[in-house]
Amino acid sequence: MPIRLEIVTPEKAVYADDVDMVIAPATDGYVGILPHHAPLLTTLGPGEFRVKKGGVEEVLAVFGGFMDVRGDRVIVLTEAAEPAEEIDAQRAQEARDRAQQALQAGPMSAAEEAHARASLQRALVRIRVSERRRRRL
Amino acid sequence: MPSERDLRRRVRSVKNIQQLTRAMQLVAASKMRRAQEAVLASRPFEQKLRSVLNELAPYADRELSPLLHRRTPVRRVAIVLITTDRGLVGPMNVNLLRTALRFAETQPDAAYVAVGRKGIGSLRRMRATVIAEFPNIPDRPTTNDTNVIARVAVDEFTNGNVDEVHLGFTRFINTLRQEPTLRRILPLVPEEEDLDQLPPIQYLFEPDPQTVMDLILPRFIEMTVYQAILESKASQWSAQMVAMRNATDAADDLISDLILAANKARQTRITKEMLEIASGAEALKG
Repeated sequence: MPIRLEIVTPEKAVYADDVDMVIAPATDGYVGILPHHAPLLTTLGPGEFRVKKGGVEEVLAVFGGFMDVRGDRVIVLTEAAEPAEEIDAQRAQEARDRAQQALQAGPMSAAEEAHARASLQRALVRIRVSERRRRRL
Repeated sequence: MPSERDLRRRVRSVKNIQQLTRAMQLVAASKMRRAQEAVLASRPFEQKLRSVLNELAPYADRELSPLLHRRTPVRRVAIVLITTDRGLVGPMNVNLLRTALRFAETQPDAAYVAVGRKGIGSLRRMRATVIAEFPNIPDRPTTNDTNVIARVAVDEFTNGNVDEVHLGFTRFINTLRQEPTLRRILPLVPEEEDLDQLPPIQYLFEPDPQTVMDLILPRFIEMTVYQAILESKASQWSAQMVAMRNATDAADDLISDLILAANKARQTRITKEMLEIASGAEALKG
């Protein structure tokens, strides 16, 4: 029995399909969802969102938001979700280097530091997701 | 009867106006397409968020968030009124304002959060109570532009200035139809309160109910406001496109009427001159 998965961002509906298993990056660690999971509402951190369907695994990078599990229906509402094949690995690496340099460059305001840390984290998630895709190919 | 020269002059001026309305029509049409795409693309998110919340609300502990508290009696409501910054959009703003005012009359007291210059102007003229004004919403709004509006609404509600917050905007249906809409956004209580009929489900919250509620509830208000502004933008450009197209078509009709009148005047003048010449010649002969 499949799970109905929908991933929606404010800009568009990213994903809608029947899948076998979902592994989501909750704030406190990864949670796996199989059919007949108990009703769950969890916040999501930035991380890899993995979808298993018929032996094939798809990976998306998601950034924040939350996931609602109820019955055999999973709704993910997130600020941004990027399928692995849409991620520009090179750009992500450049973004990572920029953020790391900014953090090493020395003192900055709390807001600037938070900003740099956030973009570093986003870049790392993108890199990990795109690498996972490359390994599979 | 206006002279032939007057008529020709009016044809020229109507043609100038027509060039203007045609240009505005084209601009509005291209902005309309973009705004319509934006509103249609973002609707699923808002709808999903709404349905998640509606399903969740019965199981949520009211004590978790002040946004879930219903207050009775309602002494004062706030109306977030989303109008356009510019005119020439047909009756769109007037219709919305009328809907809002009709609702306000049924309430003991109403205060406004005015978004868009048109609404700000009308409310000032009426000397209505205005809590905050937000002019100049960009054509491609982001949540950065709209979250401040949501924050004002939430603050007014939580600090007790108002007991309910309603959102008034023009919902986009299609290019020819836009609908003034008024919707309560605070307090956040489920749309139907038939709690007894719902199956008792034990919802799990990760990391914990408080964190989840603190994240999801304000986010929901922000998204509702953002969505309403996208709806208004799509309505605005659609209404303007239609209004300008009507104006351009009306100008066409007017121009052909005026040209006809001018030609008739010309013909009358020539006939009169010929008659004068003929009668002059006749007089010389005699």
